[in-house]
Amino acid sequence: MASAATGLPRPRLAARDTAAEAVAGIVQRPGRSVLTMLGTILGTGAFVAVLGLTATGAGQISRQFTVLQDTTVTVEDNGPANDVAPPGTNPAIGFPADAGTIAGHIHGVTAAGVWWPVSLPANAEFTASLALGATASQTINLLAASPGAITAMGLTMAAGTPLTAYENNTRQHVAIIDTTTAATLGISPARLAAHPAIFVNGIAYTITGIYSSAQRVVTDESAMLIPENTALADYGNPQPGIGNQNEAQMVIATRIGAAQAVAKQIAAAELPTDPTRLVVTSPPSPQNLQSQVSADLAGLFLILALISLLIGAVGIANTTLVAVLERTEEIGLRRAVGARPRHIAAQFLAESTTLGTLGGLIGTCTGVAVVITFAATKNWTAILNPAYTLPAPLIGSLVGLLAGAYPALRAAHTSPLAALRHG
Amino acid sequence: MIAPVIELDGLARTYPGPPPVCALRPADLVIGAGDYVAVTGPSGSGKSTLLHLLGLLDTPTGGRYLLDGLDTSALGDRDRSALRGRRIGVVFQAFHLLPYRTALENVLLAQLYNNTPRAARLQAAIQALDAVGLGHRLDALPTTLSGGEAQRVAIARALVNTPSLLLCDEPTGNLDSASAAAVMDLLDELNTAGYTIVVITHDGAVAGHARRTIAISDGMLSEHTGISHG
Repeated sequence: MASAATGLPRPRLAARDTAAEAVAGIVQRPGRSVLTMLGTILGTGAFVAVLGLTATGAGQISRQFTVLQDTTVTVEDNGPANDVAPPGTNPAIGFPADAGTIAGHIHGVTAAGVWWPVSLPANAEFTASLALGATASQTINLLAASPGAITAMGLTMAAGTPLTAYENNTRQHVAIIDTTTAATLGISPARLAAHPAIFVNGIAYTITGIYSSAQRVVTDESAMLIPENTALADYGNPQPGIGNQNEAQMVIATRIGAAQAVAKQIAAAELPTDPTRLVVTSPPSPQNLQSQVSADLAGLFLILALISLLIGAVGIANTTLVAVLERTEEIGLRRAVGARPRHIAAQFLAESTTLGTLGGLIGTCTGVAVVITFAATKNWTAILNPAYTLPAPLIGSLVGLLAGAYPALRAAHTSPLAALRHG
Repeated sequence: MIAPVIELDGLARTYPGPPPVCALRPADLVIGAGDYVAVTGPSGSGKSTLLHLLGLLDTPTGGRYLLDGLDTSALGDRDRSALRGRRIGVVFQAFHLLPYRTALENVLLAQLYNNTPRAARLQAAIQALDAVGLGHRLDALPTTLSGGEAQRVAIARALVNTPSLLLCDEPTGNLDSASAAAVMDLLDELNTAGYTIVVITHDGAVAGHARRTIAISDGMLSEHTGISHG
């Protein structure tokens, strides 16, 4: 420790003293310190908030996917390879009659069935009975659906019951409609007991149920569902072909996570002789969608966060440099009482790093608060990855350290002679 | 035999040109322990150069400077810093107190770099402030101190490490005459207490307190021996 030449201990600045000097330097000018930190606060805060909000949003999306889309497989009827139907008619549906039952044998399937939009002539009229006087010639989609499809659609009934297998087998003229259609045609749930009917181009269908929402498939627009066999008898085969509005489709509800596996098996199970006739659509992998959304959302804001950090670094560098120039007298004095250039550099570096760290801490807290507040107002679960959030204050430290490097060097090279000239 | 506190052996300082300026011509000087020396001269005579050399703030371009018998010209920055921190206390005309630190903290600063154990610092600093008669103003900020008080804090800061040499650069230059007299009385007391003091001044009244007066003119040292001085 002691120098051989002087017998004196080496000059040193203990880490604790360095920290104390740095804190003293910051606390002495609180207003300036806060302003200096602002850029770092904004940058770190934006960084944490962007990552947190993105994760929170993506988490929400993936949750919706898990419960709805990820349990859905759809199969479309592409039609036979050679058109075997007589001219002017449609070929038979590609799906076997017991398509729903077959699908049910596949592990993971909870419900499945065939449905299709019925092709009606233009200007088809929908008229309610009971002298309600309401006529809706606007788009009400008449959909044919098997009982399995009705189950798979996951209807929430507002009144009455869904279509039954009995009604399908016996080709009853019954229908269920959504609440919007019911309101349009003046059929309130309370009047269901009176067996109201809807005439579609003169064919009466008794309304047995009104549903308020459907989890899968059913169009967003007004819809009226009738049994598939009734539809076949009344309107004939649906028109096959991908992209065709009236093609027959199969909707399959699966258990969570089983959709991909079911999608691989369903075509061969339904049509072992001609599986390629069926086109299977399984949901996009939630991870893909998540990362796509994340990338869209986060990209711009992360750039903003980086810019804030850059501004923060420039701010700290500038203030520290000004402080060095302002405090040449102090630097000279410290040299006179035994400080070495490295001690001076260490002090200013510690000061800028502490400023950066404080800014990073405040920024991280702000970012976390923003994410939590946002999630709370949306009733979402806030998702903050500890791997990004916990080290975030260190971004501030790094900014402070880098920003302080040049001013600290300048300080170390300040000549004590110049600094101590007669004031 | 105890080595003198200061021994200059042809010490010289030339500032590189062009043209080179010879601020201090080769000088020989011995200042013993307990001496009280005034260095006088007009501005530009080389007083500051001598002060900086004696305070180890500047390096000579020729000759040797022995502090406590130790040849400082051969030392590196680390050892010179160690000597500054331990053996030399400097009092400046402009006080050079840190404006946001209390009197006590300003004095503590002088113990920051010289390995004084943390536990010992506070007591030493309070003692030093007591010694200059400011034991009651430990927590005063420099802005609330009078000029005389500020200079006494600076003297306490110079004393806190009980240095071998107390270097004073125009210690009364910024003070009114009453405060100046008080500061000079304090220096007299410190000399009586055994401190070796070198005062650099252009003020004859200040120089009158010293036992030896060395004149410097155009970088040349000359000592008035005998009874009268400028």
